[in-house]
Amino acid sequence: MRIRTHPIIDFQKRKKLSFCFQNKNLVGEEGDTIASALHAEGIRTLTKSLVYESPRGFFCGIGKCSSCLMRVNGIPNVRTCIAPLQEGILVETQEKLAQLPAAEFLGEPTKTLDVDVLVVGAGPAGLCAALESAQQNALVLLVDENQCVGGQLVKQTHKFFGSKQERAGVRGVDIAKELEFDLQRLQQEGKIQLMTDATVIGYYESKNKHRFGVVKRCDYQSTLYDVRCKAVILACGAMENMLLFPGNDLPGVYGAGAVQTLMNVYGVKPGNRVLMVGAGNVGLIVSYQLLQAGIAVDRVVEAAPIIGGYNVHAAKLRRCGVPICTSHSIQEVYGDEKVEGAVVVKLDENWKPVKGTEEDVPCDTICLAVGLTPSTRLLSQIGVDLEFVPEAGGYVALHDESMQTSVNGVYVAGDASGIEEASTAMIEGKIAGLAAAIQLGRSKRKRLLMQYREELCNLRAGPFGEKPRIAKEKIAKRAEAHHA
Amino acid sequence: MRKYEKTGILSERDLQLPSEKQLEKGVAILECVQEIPCNPCVDSCPVHAISMKDINAPPVNDFERCIGCTKCVGVCPGLAIFVVKVKGRKAWVTLPYEFIPAPKAGDVVQALDRCGAVRGKAVVTKVVRQGKTLVVTIEIESGLAMDIRNIRV
Repeated sequence: MRIRTHPIIDFQKRKKLSFCFQNKNLVGEEGDTIASALHAEGIRTLTKSLVYESPRGFFCGIGKCSSCLMRVNGIPNVRTCIAPLQEGILVETQEKLAQLPAAEFLGEPTKTLDVDVLVVGAGPAGLCAALESAQQNALVLLVDENQCVGGQLVKQTHKFFGSKQERAGVRGVDIAKELEFDLQRLQQEGKIQLMTDATVIGYYESKNKHRFGVVKRCDYQSTLYDVRCKAVILACGAMENMLLFPGNDLPGVYGAGAVQTLMNVYGVKPGNRVLMVGAGNVGLIVSYQLLQAGIAVDRVVEAAPIIGGYNVHAAKLRRCGVPICTSHSIQEVYGDEKVEGAVVVKLDENWKPVKGTEEDVPCDTICLAVGLTPSTRLLSQIGVDLEFVPEAGGYVALHDESMQTSVNGVYVAGDASGIEEASTAMIEGKIAGLAAAIQLGRSKRKRLLMQYREELCNLRAGPFGEKPRIAKEKIAKRAEAHHA
Repeated sequence: MRKYEKTGILSERDLQLPSEKQLEKGVAILECVQEIPCNPCVDSCPVHAISMKDINAPPVNDFERCIGCTKCVGVCPGLAIFVVKVKGRKAWVTLPYEFIPAPKAGDVVQALDRCGAVRGKAVVTKVVRQGKTLVVTIEIESGLAMDIRNIRV
């Protein structure tokens, strides 16, 4: 299941790591997560449904869902899709609810950290926010759940759109490297502290400052940090949406982003024949990337009567011979313990299935590219005003032009503030980072702030920017109403 | 609703097309018809033939100025630019390619149209690497110049 040659990515030869899974010795590679190593060894079932006992597999691939929780070295509930593989570890499936381990959880006492700005999430928005704040001389702590920084940029092998300022024409994966380079420079200057493989678990009472609990993992053991900051920027991204149909939890049904992670980050094939659900930009781009990794795409089905993504993405897929079926949806997925095929059906103008149009599509992989939902749990716990804005992808934090929420010193940026593109997420990050630095008295560059806002407006000015434009207008209006 | 919004396939009616004379010298066909925020093609053009009213407007090529240099082909993030040259019974299409194995000059490959249907054979005449994108020129019969937009190696 390993991808060894690829037109865009150089998969270097990596050190082999042996580990044990259910009393069997398996081999993974350095840089793998536990789940990607298992997948490469052909193991697709990672957990079982708590209620129905049905098998569950890799779904989101970015530590947001619960379908990969396993027991590692005796520690239960390890999110194996983001937990790094290590030599000699013992991996086991857990029996439904996890049993408390005999081992002690917290080996070390709580440590305290005091910074100006805490940035949660090191994706495009969080990285840009951290860089911007630090460049304005604020002391920054950047926290991310993954082994490396870059968020979803690290799997974007396509060239980005936009203008020169937004690094148009550069592949997402290379943008991540450029940002990481800047990050390392600021780390050396002592302006940014980076904590990867760490999770911000909660917000706590504190006088004058914001206070968070941060868990840093090492060898699947955890250390708790007590972090205090004057401002916080939440750039926690988003979570892939699920679609309701029978068989949607069979191993082999993935979020499109998870498939991208598996093949473009870890070099592991998700399967051999894919049915893509959704013809927005994500569905179209991931379909093309599947072809680049040597995986067949049977077709793309899209419930809407028109293709939602850019025509240029649709066109490059069509000229490779992949059909895009608009007004079509997935009715069910079938298979014994894993995906063996799906039934697709035509939809009428009321989006209802047309009887007699059912078609059997043999495939081993279903990719769901049916939108994203902002990750707002931490924002909700802080107590910022949240509202349901459909155009933003669900509940979002109300925020002003500077990306500040209803709680003083709490900022939001990127997909967590409303689903959009990586290019706009980067600008939102810069705005939040700069606004926080100005608020803390570290910077006076209000004109630069205006310039960033203008760039953002330009990117959203076209017809494809309509949805985020409406979302952001609603958010601003409601924020004002709440303020009054 | 335009047909391509449903199918993903552009037709010649959707495109800005050059004259026969302009095709003879070889010009860039910009198969980018929607308003999307993107402009690297404008920056890449050494003779300022490609222009845009604003970053969201579709690009327009001044075929008189265009020298068919193919710089924009490897730059376009949408892989949507093709340089087409027609001379007598032969035509040359320069297209972006991001698959393996990489084609080499002299290879005979399959020529695919906008639906991915094989329409005949093509001979690879030139391969230039622009980053990870290969800019590949193929020779085909002139009647297929406006149809062939992909190859299978």
